[in-house]
Amino acid sequence: MATNPTDIEVFPASDSTLLVRFDRHGGPEANEQVLALAWQLQHQERSRRILNLHPAYESLLIRFDPLVQSHAEIEALVRKRLQVTLPDLPERKQLDVPVCYGGAFGPDLEEVARLTQLIPAQVVELHSSVNYRVCFLGFAPGFPYLGGMDRRIAVPRLDSPRKKVAPGTVAIADEQTGIYPVSSPGGWRLIGRTPLKLFTPDEPSPALVLPGDRLRFRPIAPDDYGRALR
Amino acid sequence: MTDTLRVLTPGLLTTLQDLGRYGYAHLGVSASGPADSLSARICNRLVGNDDSASVLEMTLVGAHFEFGCDALIALAGADFAATLDGTPVPMYEPVRARAGAILRCGSAPTGARSYVAIAGGFAITPVLGSTSTHVMSGIGGLAGRALKRGDMLPLKPAGAAAQPRKLDRSFVQQLRPRTSLRVTPGPQHHVFGEDGIKKLCSQAYLVSEDSNRVGLRLQGRAIEAIRERRMSTEGAALGAIQVPPGGQPIILFVEHQTTGGYPKIANVISADLPSVGQLRPREEVKFELVTMQQAIELLNEQEQILKEAIPPT
Repeated sequence: MATNPTDIEVFPASDSTLLVRFDRHGGPEANEQVLALAWQLQHQERSRRILNLHPAYESLLIRFDPLVQSHAEIEALVRKRLQVTLPDLPERKQLDVPVCYGGAFGPDLEEVARLTQLIPAQVVELHSSVNYRVCFLGFAPGFPYLGGMDRRIAVPRLDSPRKKVAPGTVAIADEQTGIYPVSSPGGWRLIGRTPLKLFTPDEPSPALVLPGDRLRFRPIAPDDYGRALR
Repeated sequence: MTDTLRVLTPGLLTTLQDLGRYGYAHLGVSASGPADSLSARICNRLVGNDDSASVLEMTLVGAHFEFGCDALIALAGADFAATLDGTPVPMYEPVRARAGAILRCGSAPTGARSYVAIAGGFAITPVLGSTSTHVMSGIGGLAGRALKRGDMLPLKPAGAAAQPRKLDRSFVQQLRPRTSLRVTPGPQHHVFGEDGIKKLCSQAYLVSEDSNRVGLRLQGRAIEAIRERRMSTEGAALGAIQVPPGGQPIILFVEHQTTGGYPKIANVISADLPSVGQLRPREEVKFELVTMQQAIELLNEQEQILKEAIPPT
């Protein structure tokens, strides 16, 4: 898809970063453009020009070395890429993610049900009936931000974050859902856990899911969780 | 005796760091790297290493090491009153350590981090292209963690390049860490009103005890949002000053999260990031607004001063 350059905002976020924002109300379309631009910059402008790319829902933060490049040069690079029709992302996967909901694995499931005036089984049903879109990976290594969650199970973050969330924990915050890949602090509401390993730093492709992939949760029993781990 | 460095006591938080792990932010991995990159680069240059060689970063309380082989070493950053077999080791000066020698690093009244470079560097396999330890994510360094008592760090042979080099000390003063950090406006500065940044720059903040390589939490007058503060999660830059609902700013540091949903009022300039790495808990810090243009000039000047003080190997 081609992007109308007037639809984007481009400005320095710091002396070594440039922030590109697509239409804020764009939803999946804007995110698609973000991912396509990030992919282009990563594969077509492979050089020391760009140090890091931070895609998010509707924006892309580009980190560069200000001793080598200027904001204007990076902006020109972005605009040049946007002039051509951005191709679809080449590889997309469909993933099936087994999740053991509730209990010790999902200590907030009951509270989410209470807040949303549902019963826990309905929360699980609504959470596992969507084919989610992986919008971007952020926060921590391999943490997928998933788009498309049913608004009926949207709940605010915890008032005070937990000091430690176990790897594989599936969680909700506002209208977002995601999976904690590594042990980390976290303020989202925890509803279940997957035995899948989302991030393996020693592998050439360390993240199990990538932006643009599709992901569906499949409820499993605690016994299945144990078996899958073995 | 083998070519290793043995950790006798690990200090408070001692990690291996090269200049950082770039190219993986889109997978949620921030660059990590030394909290004070200037000091890391200087000690590498003093022993004839590339800037990108791995160094040891010690935090507030230093480590004790035993050398398994002869080595050329240099210390930079905060002065942890180090001794080599009981003899004080000067800062910013290459020193030869004999096999069996013991390096004891203490602590410092000023500054937070001290660096040790060893000629040749450490024989550590990079993870995702870097040896930098990302403590929060358990990636890189030695088994993805801070050093422990008994760890054996393999050393690379120093080779012919391992000649001691000199730092022109007349420049050191100009490279000293600052407690007044220069900032540029952040992407959500308007959330805090016309004089939001002025408020940030008009008083001192205290560095909180629960600050680390992920972020420095500051305590002082709260900065209030005057416009809608809810925003879509966005990429976060190193040195960004984000303001959560309580109004107490947080400086995102080398192991920062790659994206975040709190508005960012300002961003510490690249030239002053090494100074952030030398801030101690309970130390006072101030902010000073500069333009983007000035920020880039200041970085170029600093790079020039560093080159004149000690050119790259």
